[in-house]
Amino acid sequence: MSTREKTLWIIAGILIIIYALFPIAWIISLSLKSSADISNGQFLPTALSWENYRSILVGDASELFLPALRNSFGICLIATAISSVLAMFAAYAIARIDFRGKKIILSTALAVAIFPVIAIATPLYNLWREVGLYDTWPGLILPYLSLTLPISIWTLSAFFREIPWEMEQAAQVDGATPWQAFRKVIVPLAAPGVFTTAIIAFFLAWNDFVYGITLTSTEASRPVPAALGLFSGASQFESPTGPIAAAALIVTIPVVVLVLIFQRRIVAGLTNGAVKG
Amino acid sequence: MSSIEMDHIVKEYGDGFQAVNDVSLDIADGEFMILVGPSGCGKSTLLRMIVGLEDITSGEMRIGGARVNEKAPRDRNLSMVFQNYALYPHLSVYENIAFPLRLSKTPNDEVEKRVNQAADVLELHEHLKRKPANLSGGQRQRVAMGRAIVRDADAFLFDEPLSNLDAKLRGQMRTEIARLQRRLGITTVYVTHDQTEAMTLGDRVCVLRKGLVQQVASPRELYEQPVNLFVAGFIGSPPMNFLPASLEGTALRTPFGDIELGEERAATVRGHDVLLVGIRPEYFEDASLVDEAKKPHGATFTAQVDVTEWLGDAQYAYIPYEAPAEVAEQLKELSEELDSEQLRTQAVVSIDSTSRIREGREAEFWLDTRKIHIFDPKTGDNLTRDAEAGRRLTEMAEEDRVEQMDRERV
Ligand SMILES: Nc1ncnc2c1ncn2[C@@H]1O[C@H](COP(=O)(O)OP(=O)(O)O)[C@@H](O)[C@H]1O
Ligand SMILES: [Mg+2]
Repeated sequence: MSTREKTLWIIAGILIIIYALFPIAWIISLSLKSSADISNGQFLPTALSWENYRSILVGDASELFLPALRNSFGICLIATAISSVLAMFAAYAIARIDFRGKKIILSTALAVAIFPVIAIATPLYNLWREVGLYDTWPGLILPYLSLTLPISIWTLSAFFREIPWEMEQAAQVDGATPWQAFRKVIVPLAAPGVFTTAIIAFFLAWNDFVYGITLTSTEASRPVPAALGLFSGASQFESPTGPIAAAALIVTIPVVVLVLIFQRRIVAGLTNGAVKG
Repeated sequence: MSSIEMDHIVKEYGDGFQAVNDVSLDIADGEFMILVGPSGCGKSTLLRMIVGLEDITSGEMRIGGARVNEKAPRDRNLSMVFQNYALYPHLSVYENIAFPLRLSKTPNDEVEKRVNQAADVLELHEHLKRKPANLSGGQRQRVAMGRAIVRDADAFLFDEPLSNLDAKLRGQMRTEIARLQRRLGITTVYVTHDQTEAMTLGDRVCVLRKGLVQQVASPRELYEQPVNLFVAGFIGSPPMNFLPASLEGTALRTPFGDIELGEERAATVRGHDVLLVGIRPEYFEDASLVDEAKKPHGATFTAQVDVTEWLGDAQYAYIPYEAPAEVAEQLKELSEELDSEQLRTQAVVSIDSTSRIREGREAEFWLDTRKIHIFDPKTGDNLTRDAEAGRRLTEMAEEDRVEQMDRERV
């Protein structure tokens, strides 16, 4: 590579990084501006202010934000766990067993995944009010399963297909029941796949706005994205840009942390056997 | 330890394909049985039916006298070494070997004792803590064997265990497996498509073709008294030569001249327009190097040598010959089925390595006519097979085996 080429690559790389990270930098900067400083016409705050964070964590917006944070965590974790376990069994059956209707299950899953959420939000709202699921955790967990299950089944069955059949057969010859073979051989080998799928599922649920805003009404179950929409400024004429930026940052942190933790597991899983145990 | 009996076993796959067709085979307690045949002939299918990974369509499978058709693999107490080893990548070598013991809830100190014993036998001690991915092919192979021998299985099953190794390692592991089997004296069924493995390892060899058993016999019987063209062509390397011939009086007319059969042998082959003479490469010799005393037992002929290969300890000469179109076609089909790539009709002739026969020249050869076999090209049957002599060869092998096992037990 000539120096000229190298320089071009570096410049291109920097441009892409700026393009990707600029909005985040902007949000960080916004979250650190005081309400008077928001429209100061410059990128950086004139003076660092923790006012926005104080407002959402201990101040007047905290009544809205903190329960929402708890709801989001609880609902998304439960939905992810349930969908991972269910998807694991479904994907295993799809990858291993020849049964009638396999194609139908896969294409139904795909259909569910591409079905516009907005189209069922309203019917679901009416239904949930009838059956008493409106504004409850299960009332959100159920639709989140419909968001996360299809993609989990698809990715996991791809992972299971990669695991050689013989591995399981060897286990059976060694004296394992089908369940033992699944638990002691297939699950550990599929772990990276399960973690990847769990992360994707968690994000899908965590980022949902439509269900969150439609199917909840109080802090009993309202998740963070819905709560952010309900923030109000200090006065009617002021938009709550600062607190929203601060809240956005706070809800991003767990996601980043999760990725870092799981990424370790994923890499460890992928290179399994290549590392000394 | 147990015998394995197969009674009219049939396997029909879901798509209607008959992979194994009416196989009956008795494997004695402690015997080393080889299943051999070209790729796709149903060897693995048969092995997997023994171990229980494949349902049996019809027929009965008995292990140690008890019917096992309906038993799950884990209830058959057999251990198996897979072609690609099927080691558990997430477990250390130690835990891989210990896996069957862990499943049977063996106490820890017993596990340790057994794994160490297996590691002793297979020289795996310094690798016990490593993961399979870091091992070489031969080491993985040994781990797979360790997993097989660590528990008291009734029989060992091997599915082409050496086919992923390079030639040198394959030779080493072959002797290792033979030694291990003799030492443990456990009934073994070994699948291979490699006739060298079949000949060197087996007490008896079962040759399969398209799901049908062709012949079950000791390696020597297969070599010296094959039942048909297929077995004759499959066993032996370089393979047996098949020359077209016709009977004239009591002599066979072949591209290499006439072969006198004598009245008795001529009578057994009479009544066929075309015959195929099967001659192993080593039945030939450079005529100038043959004892005068031996010469009357064979026929001498001259032929144009196409190519010679000198290997140090042996030498091969290739002699092309003309064959009638229909025979040539059949020989081509046979060699395709045997996975050999003989492009032209030529005889491979083994001559002494000191022979001065040169490429492209005429040379004089001698052929030991006592050992040739004559086949009916239509059915493939060996018309000159001496069943009695064959039976004696296999009996001798059986006596050897029993004697060896007794010696090991002492
Ligand atoms: N699951 C299956 N379904 C249909 N046909 C199969 C299946 N497994 C193997 N076969 C066919 O059965 C034949 C024998 O296969 P196999 O026992 O694996 O042969 P090999 O002697 O090479 O081990 C092959 O022709 C193969 O195509
Ligand atoms: Mg096979």
